[in-house]
Amino acid sequence: MSSNTTNERTTGESTSETEGLSDDTIIETDISVGPDSSRTTGRPNTIVSADSLDVYYGDDRALSDVTIEIPEHRVTAMIGPSGCGKSTFLRSINRMNDRIPSAHVDGALSFRGKNVYDEDVDPVALRRKIGQVFQSPNPFPKSIYDNVAYGLRVQGKADDVDLDDAVERALRGAALWDEVKDQLDESGLDLSGGQQQRLCIARAIATDPEVILMDEPTSALDPVAASKIEDLIDELVEKYTVIIVTHNMQQAARISDKTAVFLTGGELVEFDDTARIFENPDDDRVEDYITGKFG
Amino acid sequence: MSTKRESNFLADVDLTREKLVNRLFYGTLVVASVFGLVMLVLLIADVLWEATQALSTFDIDIGNFLTGTSSSRAEQAGFGASILASLWLMALTAVLAFFIAVGCAVYLVEYAPENRTTRLIEANLANLAGVPSIVYGLLVLALIVNDAGLGSVILAGAIALALLIVPIIIVATIESIRAVPSSVRDGSYAMGATKWQTIRRVVLPQAMPGILTGTILALARAIGETAPLIMVGTMLHATRYPSGPLSSFSAMPTQIYNWTYQADRMFNGLAALGIVVLLLFLVAMYALAGYLRNRYETDDGSISNV
Repeated sequence: MSSNTTNERTTGESTSETEGLSDDTIIETDISVGPDSSRTTGRPNTIVSADSLDVYYGDDRALSDVTIEIPEHRVTAMIGPSGCGKSTFLRSINRMNDRIPSAHVDGALSFRGKNVYDEDVDPVALRRKIGQVFQSPNPFPKSIYDNVAYGLRVQGKADDVDLDDAVERALRGAALWDEVKDQLDESGLDLSGGQQQRLCIARAIATDPEVILMDEPTSALDPVAASKIEDLIDELVEKYTVIIVTHNMQQAARISDKTAVFLTGGELVEFDDTARIFENPDDDRVEDYITGKFG
Repeated sequence: MSTKRESNFLADVDLTREKLVNRLFYGTLVVASVFGLVMLVLLIADVLWEATQALSTFDIDIGNFLTGTSSSRAEQAGFGASILASLWLMALTAVLAFFIAVGCAVYLVEYAPENRTTRLIEANLANLAGVPSIVYGLLVLALIVNDAGLGSVILAGAIALALLIVPIIIVATIESIRAVPSSVRDGSYAMGATKWQTIRRVVLPQAMPGILTGTILALARAIGETAPLIMVGTMLHATRYPSGPLSSFSAMPTQIYNWTYQADRMFNGLAALGIVVLLLFLVAMYALAGYLRNRYETDDGSISNV
């Protein structure tokens, strides 16, 4: 990222400042590129990487020869048309694809340099390091408190920490505490859709994972609720690495530092700084996709 | 003006015949539905009529009837020992059947590989639920009562009833477990939960109202079963209170059955009263099942299919 990061985000909505933009900043639509200037300095470590990764469902190839290095403490967005394999890639990282009997994987997918598909990697252990937030909010039919405490309990950490304190911290981290602090004993299903999704984020961060995978986390939400989740992602990335699949290109442009563009056939066409993808992509197909000529 | 034009416009459409067919079909459906209801009302009315007749014809002491033991002398016979035997049977049957059935259902849904054997087992569970109950009675008579030498005791009866209702509970449990949305399971697995943790903490709690409803309805069937208990062997008159699972017994339905073919007409009256007591037990169990279903249905729709 170069100098085109001067636009700031105030809490709530993204505002693009017209003053102070350098000449090479192109704002064709309302898209304001680059979430936060503080994250763009320095060179981050790679936390998740794929090397010639193929994923098949039966005989169908969902991902084809994907090679990528995802940086730590950044928001990386995966965009592309439906069926392009971006969700498959996300589910491969925490091995949730293992739940689909016909899925199998070739090539390497590494977390902190260790291939997660090695024989000695237990997917249960892996998922304790890599949290996930799903497309539709899926809180457990339990109380709000028990939802957040769930991860700590199943991971055997509930006795080591002050559970009340941990639940409060997670709910504050998900910007939900003030709304639910008086109703922790009520069912998580009684919350609104946006609150449920933030509850799911609280559930994911309660166990302090290193990476949080988000699979179109705002697609089932109204714009106001979606905006709150986007603000939250901006804060989460200070402590966690966020990898987010989205259908919404404006969203990818607003919140991500890096963007990976998948196209039909499970091919990773381009992966670069978000600004570059949206302003000056190398691949014509990416430009066509971004500008709406394709997909 | 305009209405006239419209009526002219529709004049060539004749719906008389279609409407007649509609009403005929509607009438058939109503008659079919009312038939079941009428039969139920007739049944209950008959039972109550017989019971009141018995009360007025014979000098039956309700207190003694509900608490006493049966006797070869009709004036002293009571139903209490049979009620207690039925309660013992229900408790033992519930314990034996519940854990076997739920364990089997969890295995079939969550663990068993998806292959032909699994499908074959699942398909045959429905067949097993349709096996005549007397067959289970014969099986227990041969294996448990005679071969194992347990004798004609409550435990043997409970085993026969448990065998009878295990397939029913398994089918209900499978339905309830399948109704737990996969998104919730995914949520649990993604938190780093193991399979067992997911089943115990998420799947079973959400499926439990449906499982319990299915179990209670199956027990309601078992409490009225007569044939398997006759096969296992019951006392002609329950003259002693059962002291435990290894007592000989005569449960409510078998005692009623035995009373009906006694020469003394007063025994027939006692049987009529006994049927009222048995029906009250059934109503209570159905009410409990209905309560469970309504109580949890608002939280999730997972048990509406039971």
